[in-house]
Amino acid sequence: MNEIPAPVLEWDLIAPLMVLGAVAVVGVLLEAFVPRGPRFVVQASVAIGGVVAALGTTIWTATRTDVLDGDVLARGQVAAEGALSVDGPSLFTWGLLLVLALLSMLLFAERRLGGGLSAFTGRAADAPGSSGEAEATRHRLEHTEVFPLALFALLGMMLFAASTDLLMMFVALEVLSLPLYVLCGLARRRRLLSQEAALKYFLLGAFSSAFFLYGVALVYGYAGGFGLAEVADAVASRTQERPLLLAGVALLAVGLLFKVGAVPFHSWTPDVYQGAPTPVTAFMAAGTKAAAVVALARVLLVAFGGAEWDWQPAFWAVAALTMLVGAVGSIAQGDVKRMLAYSSIAHAGFILVGVVGATGGDGITSVSSALFYLTAYGVATIGAFAVVMLVRDASGESTDLDTWTGLGRRAPWLAGAFALFMLSFAGIPLTAGFIGKWGVFSAAWAGGLWPLVVLGVLVSAVAAFFYVRVVLTMFFDEPRPDGPLLAVPGAMTTVVVTVAAVATVALGVMPGPVLDLAQQAGAFVR
Amino acid sequence: MGEYAPILVLGAIAAGFAIFSVAIAPLTGPRRYNRAKLDRYESGIQPTPVPEGGGRIPVKYFFTAMMFIVFDIEIVFLYPFAVAFDALSWFAVLAVLLFLVNITVAYAYEWRRGGMAWD
Amino acid sequence: MNDVLDTAWVLVALPLAGALLLLTWGKESDRFGHWIGTAASAASFVWGAVLFVALAGRDADDRSVTTTLFTWFDVGRVRVDMALTYDQLSALFVLLITGVGTLIHVYSIGYMADDPRRRRFFAFLNLFVAAMLTLVLAADYLVLFLGWEGVGLASYLLIGFWQHKPSAAAAAQKAFVMNRVGDLGMVIAIALMLAHLGTTDIARVATGVPALSDGVVTGLGLLLLLGACGKSAQVPLQAWLLDAMEGPTPVSALIHAATMVTAGVYLIVRSAAIYDASEAARLAVVAVGLVTLLAGAAIGCAKDDIKKALAGSTMSQIGYMTLAAGLGPAGYAFAIFHLVTHGFFKANMFLGAGSVMHGTGDDVDMRHYGALRTAMPVTFFTFAAGYLAIIGFPGLSGFWSKDKIIETAFGFNVWVGLGTLLGAGVTAFYMTRLMAMTFLGRKRWREGVHPHESPAVMTVPLVVLAALSVLGGVMLLGHWITDWLAPVVGEAHHEELPVPAIVLTLSVLVVVAAGVALAWATYGRREVAADAPTDREVGWWTRAARHELYGNAVNDALVVRPTGQLVRGVTAFDKHVVAGAVSGLAGLFRDASQGLGRLQTGFVRSYALVLFGGAAALAAALLAVTIA
Repeated sequence: MNEIPAPVLEWDLIAPLMVLGAVAVVGVLLEAFVPRGPRFVVQASVAIGGVVAALGTTIWTATRTDVLDGDVLARGQVAAEGALSVDGPSLFTWGLLLVLALLSMLLFAERRLGGGLSAFTGRAADAPGSSGEAEATRHRLEHTEVFPLALFALLGMMLFAASTDLLMMFVALEVLSLPLYVLCGLARRRRLLSQEAALKYFLLGAFSSAFFLYGVALVYGYAGGFGLAEVADAVASRTQERPLLLAGVALLAVGLLFKVGAVPFHSWTPDVYQGAPTPVTAFMAAGTKAAAVVALARVLLVAFGGAEWDWQPAFWAVAALTMLVGAVGSIAQGDVKRMLAYSSIAHAGFILVGVVGATGGDGITSVSSALFYLTAYGVATIGAFAVVMLVRDASGESTDLDTWTGLGRRAPWLAGAFALFMLSFAGIPLTAGFIGKWGVFSAAWAGGLWPLVVLGVLVSAVAAFFYVRVVLTMFFDEPRPDGPLLAVPGAMTTVVVTVAAVATVALGVMPGPVLDLAQQAGAFVR
Repeated sequence: MGEYAPILVLGAIAAGFAIFSVAIAPLTGPRRYNRAKLDRYESGIQPTPVPEGGGRIPVKYFFTAMMFIVFDIEIVFLYPFAVAFDALSWFAVLAVLLFLVNITVAYAYEWRRGGMAWD
Repeated sequence: MNDVLDTAWVLVALPLAGALLLLTWGKESDRFGHWIGTAASAASFVWGAVLFVALAGRDADDRSVTTTLFTWFDVGRVRVDMALTYDQLSALFVLLITGVGTLIHVYSIGYMADDPRRRRFFAFLNLFVAAMLTLVLAADYLVLFLGWEGVGLASYLLIGFWQHKPSAAAAAQKAFVMNRVGDLGMVIAIALMLAHLGTTDIARVATGVPALSDGVVTGLGLLLLLGACGKSAQVPLQAWLLDAMEGPTPVSALIHAATMVTAGVYLIVRSAAIYDASEAARLAVVAVGLVTLLAGAAIGCAKDDIKKALAGSTMSQIGYMTLAAGLGPAGYAFAIFHLVTHGFFKANMFLGAGSVMHGTGDDVDMRHYGALRTAMPVTFFTFAAGYLAIIGFPGLSGFWSKDKIIETAFGFNVWVGLGTLLGAGVTAFYMTRLMAMTFLGRKRWREGVHPHESPAVMTVPLVVLAALSVLGGVMLLGHWITDWLAPVVGEAHHEELPVPAIVLTLSVLVVVAAGVALAWATYGRREVAADAPTDREVGWWTRAARHELYGNAVNDALVVRPTGQLVRGVTAFDKHVVAGAVSGLAGLFRDASQGLGRLQTGFVRSYALVLFGGAAALAAALLAVTIA
């Protein structure tokens, strides 16, 4: 009988994924066998430990990658039989995702705010407002499955960012999405909103996944392979059946742009961000976006780089629309979480400006500018949502912007931190956001996309107006007598807000090290 | 086009079978309706009533169905593995073992959390 | 190089540390916080003076020291250093900012004595000083932009400081929006520099300019001018300045008269290399300056609110500076000279106005003043010094600086020169009007108001500034200021004047005297009504101004009934086109936002439809591109 050769796996390169996957599986076992009493603490510690271990492994792996010979800077190699690319951008994204996940896990583990209970519902099967729900609360039940679920989602994100194979990418997409759908529905307060968010996210997510899969099929039909490298070769050599390829690109892009939160695939964002438990919103706003942007860039630049003249104009339009809709949409929002959702849409647009700038050379490249932007955006986003967690009234978080009036008088440090994140979103100098915007705009400018840059600057001016208005309301208006109570910040949330604030300033004042890291990550390896 | 002919034939047979099955059932089968049969989630027994004003919604069937699908898929993977076992290396054995462990972990979770208890 | 001039960062660090200290220290520092703020500013001034002496002690060609503090970011081709340049130009600005700034700090101790948030006020003032110093010391356009945004932020915080007044919040908002429009110009200019020169270092940009095409240089010049217009309240972005008077008066003096609003002029002079290379950009600068100086003067004639009248005057005077800066090497030094003297006398008059308000229970309507000279003698005499300086009374600082600008303008073009001459006459008119209505004539005080002189902590800065207003002209002795600045802005080459300089000076004096006389005839000798008067027939100019005044009494009436009159036309342009565009834009965005909100129905089916439509559109777009 013929031997079927065993696949070669570079265990040292995919170690971070393995570590994380193993810890997630262990989490499921813990869920089964650890008694209810200590379970929350055990799960939280294991999850945080697992993320730290994976982060350590990522750094260890990163130190072992070699710089490749070639015209452009690149490091790392393709692993796992061409399914994954452990290259500079992947490793940077992994590190970023793990850091963001670490911060999010701290928010997941925060129990001081809700009277000793986490932000997650006690028993998801109970109908909102039912006696069962009250009973679950009375028995102080908590869903500790959130930790393994989040780890699985994180694993999916890391896979997504590193996939060099369309099928692998689809699997990663589902691995990252399914746990998030569940997590979205688990809020302790405002259960109906949360369940609605989960359902919407699931339906639309499944819908967009179908588009993605259809796109994979069409591209396979064109290229005869799933590997991004094979697709690139086919794009370079085949000139007939272009419409098949382009239809494939468009459908693939739908799935990716959906996760990025780009217009016109953004409609889910405000509803889901608002309804999901705030720690989950923080996690997915920062994490999913990072993974999806890198995956999108990889697909566009690696697989379809040879056809860039065909797809670029359409993506310029998407980037422009996304910036506009995000910035304009945020103006009318009266809810902090919705406002942050629209702002995340706008940021997706700014990042896309950098990504579709598609430049190499010795300046800042589109990939490294996007990576830095994602870092700046990610820390500020998690920090902002952490602040949202702290501003509460009797029924939980008080997300109505009106109730935030005069917050600066009552909690100057907290409001100051929020103001800092707003300023970073607005791209005011000496915050991380400024360097981030500067990076993507100069990458796009170098790529000759000056109309998009001008539009971007205009839009960021509009957006800045809005962010500063929030700061103004917090600091310059009288606090309302019926304003929110401020929860005693738990140690975890305090750590998150502090770290995010320090990082936001540090990345603005001394962006050198991280910018350098993003720069050294180099190009995608195919 | 010639090479696609078998596919077309297969499609035609499948469609014909589907139409035939649906069309023949009302003509040949007996018709004995009762309330349970006409209801949603028909399975021959009375559906569990939805509690007044919310409360917990039983998902017993759902659990069982999920378990079935999980083990079904396990078989889908194990069968070809068993057929080609002698051609595969030790790597495959390890991979399948890992796969079984993962399935078992999920199984253990469901078992411990009472997913198998009917009442 | 281990050099005392390398310590220019200390100038910025001192007030910045003061601001941070005041913002973070708790309530216990309320008692002495204002002294910390004042001390930080004063220390910065002392250090500035030390550095100035050190700089002056050097050879003329060795007076520019650039210190790199650290590398802000370095991405391959582009490297931006956090670097400061201390040279002749920034040295002058440092002294002006910290000097006038410190005096205003001292004054504010008295002015804000009753405000419960005085400590925070001082923190913002310190923050402003630090940002402004960063702006003028920056060696890189990006660092300059940092200071630029910083002063914008501080100005925003300070205009809106009295948050209980909705008008203050609205004014802060307006200032922010208009400045953003200007910032846009800055940002795009910086992007242009990066794209074409690969650097934003000011010195390297200057050396790189000759290699650029004319179009790019002109573009750069116009974009920087847009930035300057926003910050310096020049037409078409001037409207925010008048509203900004909602802030506490020391803020108006420091930020909206002496320092921040001059940042635009600084920017143009600092970018001399760009403007030298583009005739078109220079012409645009001159045009903007000329229009603003006339429009501002017209507004100054029309306002009954003492602070708004002064704000109009500020616009107008900055128009002079902008115009001078647009005249090229011949004008740069005089622009800066006028900027410095204006910093003295306008800060003086704003603080004087604050003192008047302090004495009259925060009334700003000049029709409720009158005969304050006896009640407030110190304020009167110091204000008079500022008044004489601004109208260009021979020998006082404003006389020298304005005269030089008019002379240079005539050298450039007779019509521009005539414009500046007219401006001088109108300046004399409205300042005399202000003076007469406030300090002279009959008492028109409201009931229960008992004007009294302000405390020494407020009058001492007034006296110092008055002295500077009188003596500021010494800088021109032996052409010191032009020689001093020559290495930075280039040697002035004298244009041929159509008439001898002395004739020009005399005609300026005649025009000024005419303005004074006209104002005196209208407001000094006759009684000024305690309420805004009805239309009367008195000379064409006064009537036009009266119309202005009448219309502005209900600010917006003018917008609805613009007439063909020049003054009205100018103001109408301001209200209609510019303010309209800004608020219209904001409104447009709000409407669009609400429209978007309607699309966000909440139904998953409609979201799916949007998604589907998007997918179809994307596919169609991609296919269309290939087919096309």
